[in-house]
Amino acid sequence: MEFNNNIPIYLQIIDNIKQDIVVGKLKAGQKMPSVRELAGILKVNPNTIQRVYQELDREKITFTKRGMGTYVTEEEKTISSLKEEISKKIILDFVEGMNKLGFSNKELISTLKEYL
Amino acid sequence: MEQILKSSQLSKYFYQKKALDKVDINIEEGKIYGILGPNGGGKSTFLKIAAGLLKPSQGEITIDNKKPGVYTKSIVSYLPETNYLYKWMKIKDTLNFFNDLYADFDVERARESLKFMELEEEEKVTSLSKGMMGRLKLTLALSRKSKVYLLDEPLNGIDPISREKIITSILDSYSERTSILICSHLIYYIEKLLDYVFFLSEGRIILSGDAEELRNKRGMSIDKLFQEVF
Repeated sequence: MEFNNNIPIYLQIIDNIKQDIVVGKLKAGQKMPSVRELAGILKVNPNTIQRVYQELDREKITFTKRGMGTYVTEEEKTISSLKEEISKKIILDFVEGMNKLGFSNKELISTLKEYL
Repeated sequence: MEQILKSSQLSKYFYQKKALDKVDINIEEGKIYGILGPNGGGKSTFLKIAAGLLKPSQGEITIDNKKPGVYTKSIVSYLPETNYLYKWMKIKDTLNFFNDLYADFDVERARESLKFMELEEEEKVTSLSKGMMGRLKLTLALSRKSKVYLLDEPLNGIDPISREKIITSILDSYSERTSILICSHLIYYIEKLLDYVFFLSEGRIILSGDAEELRNKRGMSIDKLFQEVF
């Protein structure tokens, strides 16, 4: 995974994991790598991964069983709302970017159609 | 979290020149710290004092509540920037040398690390390239089971492949019971490893903070922040 060092690294890893869950690369109920393993794979500080798992647990996207590890949620609902959350963010970024370029919403839609 | 290294108002003068000027640094267990700054900023001086090689002019430093001395040297592993290995040595001699010097040296761990670093025990120290030398020195420093690792410019003059190996080894030797203090001006490559950074310039700490919080607050990488500050 390539990082953009301008943004907190734990946020980027969280986004990446969320994406993997939404597209099914990480399955519901699947065990996540341990903190050390993931730190080794991504070559980041283990405390960063600790923070990632804490945050994902807090958002109920993963859950941690004491002494067993961290698992992806089994709630399909959580996963589908995750998908919504991510698509919303992509769309908002797109609209914002186009507006910045001076596209009105109408122009934006017609331009978008050319690419579909 | 337990504090393992603490400097208060630490100053060091070389004749008229102030190498360190009232430096306060606190290091906790289980974290990786970066002391970042331009050359001549005082980074190496700080590590040398922590390693017990230089005496402070004013202020003090304690490691595990003790001033640098025999005890602190037994729990601190120091990677100096200079080449300190004897010219007649083969790599296997350097392992024996460290094994004789330090009670906490783990020969097995060192052998495994040599394999990972792609270094042969029969090779002579003088025949190593700069990158290989960097890998060997790091292997030796990280094969001690120390509480504190002080790494002075572990990536300086190191090729990209050696760099990856060195970063992996540093991560491998991290544990919740150890603290790692890395001095470097090559921030771009190490910033992903750091929990907390100190910017040291002209002997003074001019900025410090949690690495992720700094990125968040300033909206830029530690590397860019560094370039902005200096």
